[in-house]
Amino acid sequence: MLNQNRGPDGVSMNRRDFIKISGLFGLGAAAPAMLAGCAARPLPGQGEVVRTPTFCDMCFWKCAAYAHIENGQPWKIIGNDDDLHSKGRLCTRGTAGMGAYEDPDRLRRPLIRVTGADGLQTFREASWDEALDYIAERLKKVEQRHGADRLALLNHGYGAHHFQHLVRAFGSASIAEPAFAQCRGPRDVGFELTYGEVIGSPERTDMEHSRCIVLIGSHIGENLHNAQVQTLADAMRNDVTLITVDPRFSVPASKSKYWLPIKPGTDIALLLAWMHVLIDEGLYDRDYIERYATGFEQLKRHVARYSPEWVYLETGIEPETIRRTAREMAAAAPATLIHPGRHTTWYGDDTQRSRAIAILNALLGSWGRKGGLYNKESVSLPHYPVPEYPEARSDFRAAHAGRFPFANSGVTTAVIEASVGADAHYKAWIVYGTNLPMTIPGIRPTLQAAIDSLDLVVVVDTMPSEVTGYADVVLPECTYLERYDDLRNSGERVPSLALRMPVFEPRYDSKPGWWIAKQLGHRLGLEKYFPWDDYAEVIDWQLKQLGSSLEEMKRIGVKNFPRKRPLYFAPGQDVRFFTPSGKIELYSQQLADKGFDPIPEYTRPESPPAGYYHLNYGRMPAHTFGKTTNNHLLFQLAPENTLWVNPLVASERGLVNGEYVRLANPDGVVSNQIRVRVTERIRPDSVFMAHGFGHRSRKLRLTHDVGADDSELMTRLKIDPLMGGTGMRGNFVTIIKEAV
Amino acid sequence: MLEEILITARSNPHIDPVLEVWNWQISVYLFLGGLTAGIMFFSALMQVLNKDEEAPFAANGLALLGPIALSLGMTTLFLDLSHKLFVWRFYTTFQPTSPMSYGAWILVLFYPVSVLQILSTLRKGYPVAVPYIGRVPLLPELLDWLEVRRRAIAWMALPIAVGLGIYTGILLSAFSARPFWNTGLLGPLFLVSGLSTGAALTALIARNHGERSLFTRIDIGLIVAEMLIVALLLVNLSTGARPQLEAAAKLLGGSYSAMFWGAFVAVGLLVPLLLESFELRGLMRRVAVIAPVLVLVGGYMLRVIAVDLGQETTWINYESEFNPQLLERLR
Amino acid sequence: MARYAMVIDTKLCIGCADCVVACKTENKVPEGLNRDWVVEATQGTYPKLETEFRSERCNHCSNATCVTMCPTGASHHWNGTNIVLVDPNKCTGCKACISACPYDARLIMHPEGYIDKCTFCHHRVEKGMDPACVSACPTKCMHFGLLDDPNSEVSQLLRTRKHKVLAPETGNDPNVYYLI
Ligand SMILES: Nc1nc2c(c(=O)[nH]1)N[C@H]1C(S)=C(S)[C@@H](COP(=O)(O)OP(=O)(O)OC[C@H]3O[C@@H](n4cnc5c(=O)[nH]c(N)nc54)[C@H](O)[C@@H]3O)O[C@H]1N2
Ligand SMILES: Nc1nc2c(c(=O)[nH]1)N[C@H]1C(S)=C(S)[C@@H](COP(=O)(O)OP(=O)(O)OC[C@H]3O[C@@H](n4cnc5c(=O)[nH]c(N)nc54)[C@H](O)[C@@H]3O)O[C@H]1N2
Ligand code: SF4
Ligand code: SF4
Ligand code: SF4
Ligand code: SF4
Ligand code: SF4
Ligand SMILES: [Mo]
Repeated sequence: MLNQNRGPDGVSMNRRDFIKISGLFGLGAAAPAMLAGCAARPLPGQGEVVRTPTFCDMCFWKCAAYAHIENGQPWKIIGNDDDLHSKGRLCTRGTAGMGAYEDPDRLRRPLIRVTGADGLQTFREASWDEALDYIAERLKKVEQRHGADRLALLNHGYGAHHFQHLVRAFGSASIAEPAFAQCRGPRDVGFELTYGEVIGSPERTDMEHSRCIVLIGSHIGENLHNAQVQTLADAMRNDVTLITVDPRFSVPASKSKYWLPIKPGTDIALLLAWMHVLIDEGLYDRDYIERYATGFEQLKRHVARYSPEWVYLETGIEPETIRRTAREMAAAAPATLIHPGRHTTWYGDDTQRSRAIAILNALLGSWGRKGGLYNKESVSLPHYPVPEYPEARSDFRAAHAGRFPFANSGVTTAVIEASVGADAHYKAWIVYGTNLPMTIPGIRPTLQAAIDSLDLVVVVDTMPSEVTGYADVVLPECTYLERYDDLRNSGERVPSLALRMPVFEPRYDSKPGWWIAKQLGHRLGLEKYFPWDDYAEVIDWQLKQLGSSLEEMKRIGVKNFPRKRPLYFAPGQDVRFFTPSGKIELYSQQLADKGFDPIPEYTRPESPPAGYYHLNYGRMPAHTFGKTTNNHLLFQLAPENTLWVNPLVASERGLVNGEYVRLANPDGVVSNQIRVRVTERIRPDSVFMAHGFGHRSRKLRLTHDVGADDSELMTRLKIDPLMGGTGMRGNFVTIIKEAV
Repeated sequence: MLEEILITARSNPHIDPVLEVWNWQISVYLFLGGLTAGIMFFSALMQVLNKDEEAPFAANGLALLGPIALSLGMTTLFLDLSHKLFVWRFYTTFQPTSPMSYGAWILVLFYPVSVLQILSTLRKGYPVAVPYIGRVPLLPELLDWLEVRRRAIAWMALPIAVGLGIYTGILLSAFSARPFWNTGLLGPLFLVSGLSTGAALTALIARNHGERSLFTRIDIGLIVAEMLIVALLLVNLSTGARPQLEAAAKLLGGSYSAMFWGAFVAVGLLVPLLLESFELRGLMRRVAVIAPVLVLVGGYMLRVIAVDLGQETTWINYESEFNPQLLERLR
Repeated sequence: MARYAMVIDTKLCIGCADCVVACKTENKVPEGLNRDWVVEATQGTYPKLETEFRSERCNHCSNATCVTMCPTGASHHWNGTNIVLVDPNKCTGCKACISACPYDARLIMHPEGYIDKCTFCHHRVEKGMDPACVSACPTKCMHFGLLDDPNSEVSQLLRTRKHKVLAPETGNDPNVYYLI
């Protein structure tokens, strides 16, 4: 274990030799410096420093920041003090943003798939003109033969707006992002069914004022969404009562007054038991429920069955703990937040679980209340005047084929499936900023079949991610530090705008997304939708409508505006919710009408077969999925993911800390090797790993073939019938020791 | 269970996963430093005691080996410096709390005295050189002058020899940060071992039978003393704090036990002790000549063990959650 | 001697290592080297567990053995404070300071051969700013200031909160404190 860096004979290995050699070169270089009496480098910040506002794109939280260049060299990125997403502090990944710009493995030039004389397919480099002409020509063919609505956009990230604009202008309304069916979809649908409004991003949680916070899985702290972390820390400084429900001793669990190491997949039972206690003991917010909610009597009858004693048998959480935590929540209410979570596509009953969370919040009266869920507000930012989009002949619902009645957004998996076969609905894709093979569990075979059928697959990315391997044409976008994007205007406590502008010229032959979209637009005869020469004009125009300007924003980066509505409901205020009944729907007629449970039901999850463990996964602070694992700054923090196993499992299986193993699932999929971490922080029935590792693309020179990919191992997906979410947590794995 | 891990992949070269800043260069340097101390000590001692008859080589020829050994040692020391062009910085300051600073200056004192000592015995020790000496103007006169003052010079050399021995001995033990080094016994052990190697070298080279057995006897005494100190050191470690216990475990039955029991205790102490005792009784003469060689080997092994194991013993030791070797992928 | 201290609240630290990246970028720490790092310490048996996260770096010891053992004065206390710096112009690369640090690996070898280490960001402290790691930390669990000033945040925290230092038995009198 100890002498990792030594070879078998105790001789130092390459890395050290490398340092020694560079030390020698250093000496040569140092000689003149020494004669001048100076071997030291100047202290940071003494040179010519240029500071440029931007907002971070290392994840989807969009923290406003200032990028600093010193003497023409990338230096550092720090948060913008005026910004509520970052409050002047970026997270680990945001601070490492320069690493994305500096990555030598970035896509450099457009690539076009060619088939050689030997039948072998490869990419060849192409000029932008050639690549764009090629795409336009094929898209026009698709339009002529099948219709413009047969183009789908699979996208993620802020820069995607330019391509959404392009696709809409072209005549398609089939847009899907993994942020829905692989992430927040169930939560937002569950809350919309209950309150008529989604939670959205950033989450409308008022944690800094909460006196009790309940985290169902949400591992804030490992999940580094900036203001979530900061406001949770604020809450802890205010001695909040933290209750964490997690099968793993997560970071927030380690900070909690109560850690409930729940049996995986049984959260709905626990939530119903909490409702049971609140109602049974009369601890819920009677006035709030009477004023704002409908369906209380049905709810009361429904949860009567879910006594803590019964639920204990399902969840493993002691009845006394269930009661005590319910009382803690009630005592702090309405400043009690049952956190809605974010990545909620777990077991296929996720919209119902989110409904249960929404209902529990209602019983505590926390929606619209200080310390609960606040009313968010954004800036009414005028759109740059362009013509109306043409009416699309069909939209993403074409892909759903009558399934998922509550999917109010495209379901990626459905779009991919509707692209397989000669008579498939979709004929062409643009994929922007989403690494489909790793992002969508178990999708690889379908993905392969889809690209075999599609007439055109365009991938716009910054890195040679796995998804680029599926493309006919790969377009290299420049990173967020090299481009303008739309102003950031998210619903928040304080309406605010933030500017992203180029800090550097684009490296290599990469281009900003707006430029690529515009060039394609022109080639498709859609010039009227792109009447600007530079996207700066659009931003400047928008800002001027609000009495600001691009010039002002270049100085301040973030502009906050006064609120128009109050942050919380006033006492006794009449509120009309955006649900059919105008009330908080504890009982959902909408669900009943479509044949679903109007109040969440608990179904017992499958248990792992003998010798198998629940495959648990999540975030690690150092990385955003797989998109930062090749970032040299972050790679130095966490070059791989590890497999958490309980010491009981380790001793049973003869596993040693630090050894490499592989995982296998019941369908015979075997993972890449992964390093064992023996830790008490995980239940003996589960193993845990961070998502985002196990890259297969060898062009990602730092990260390829390091660690295991959870997505590969997820072959049994539980699809949420309400909205098409990909339930990922019903998968089991066993551990294979490597032959030594 | 206590699990204490580094959750950032730290892989600072020479520091992670275990300290490895000093290598063979330092072991060689410490060995040769101790040997030089022994050389100067015995040569000066024999001169002071006027033992020209009993120990002609030690009294006259031995001193010449001192600067040779030390210069080799200083070369390896120089090789170890990672900022070599700044080596002169040792001599623009004196740092009273730093043994290394003392060492740097003792080395400076050593050379002139050693040269005087060599010159004062040159004609006796190296008759082959006599014809050449006459060719250098004034040199015969200088040698005449020095030879008369031979004992006075030897008296000057003695404290320097002792100082050098103590310095190379306590250099490591002054590092309170390294539990294995930080013991009062390491200094005496190095001092005795240095003297022992000096005696062994003399026994090895001396042609005179009486001188050989004199130094063999001296060496036996030193080896016995060394063994006692080693025993005390082991007792000391085995009753110490966690890091000391870990060090003892590594010596007695861990990664260092082969080197310690085999190369140092057996090869470097026991076997030469036996052989030298036999030799004094006139037994196994043929084989016994290798005894001093073994003592020299043992002396070097002691330095290797001390330097390497000392660096491995620390107050704080975390395992890395990640495999730091992956960082080799960084250009 | 003006005494600067860093006080890190382990109750809030989440082990995110933002402090490490902030240091690397601010101070242009060479590739592959770290001036600070994060440790996770878990005690107990499932499900009765306690986990502590803490960010570590040079302790800027008042009684710094790296300084006393340096043969050239390259390792020194900056401007009469407890901030320990290395002057590359005096450093021979003998590495005595590295061996002399009981906290192990508090100093790193710069590829150019001299010794590099956490500077407590004295270039920022001079300008009245917090060290880079402190001002990046998203949980605001790190505090920096003068111990000599009884009203400073660090003094107040140490007065009111239970705390510890690492390996006090070394006698180095470290100045990075952990609230527990
Ligand atoms: N550093 C970093 N931060 C990120 C991201 C990132 O990539 N990197 N991604 C961001 C995005 S897009 C999202 S959606 C969020 C996701 O972050 P969260 O919404 O917090 O993710 P979850 O999946 O809810 O949380 C994972 C936790 O759920 C626990 N868990 C597993 N099974 C169960 C179960 O059956 N019941 C319960 N109660 N808990 C369970 C796991 O042990 C783990 O601790 O993170 C965001 N923040
Ligand atoms: N197995 C498993 N699957 C999951 C999850 C999980 O935890 N486990 N989490 C789910 C969740 S919560 C989410 S939100 C999704 C996230 O899914 P994705 O958004 O697909 O996440 P990444 O894998 O980070 O892929 C991002 C892609 O965008 C590229 N990219 C980065 N910056 C830019 C840019 O500026 N421009 C362009 N054009 N491209 C860019 C990257 O190179 C990479 O190829 O994954 C979901 N899928
Ligand atoms: S949370 Fe972190 S990675 Fe995400 S936008 Fe903010 S600083 Fe960037
Ligand atoms: S940045 Fe702050 S919270 Fe994160 S590891 Fe460092 S000290 Fe802890
Ligand atoms: S922690 Fe180590 S390097 Fe830092 S001052 Fe103390 S002894 Fe010196
Ligand atoms: S390496 Fe440099 S700073 Fe360290 S002790 Fe030697 S001369 Fe001093
Ligand atoms: S104080 Fe400065 S040099 Fe030290 S760890 Fe923090 S950022 Fe790095
Ligand atoms: Mo997500």
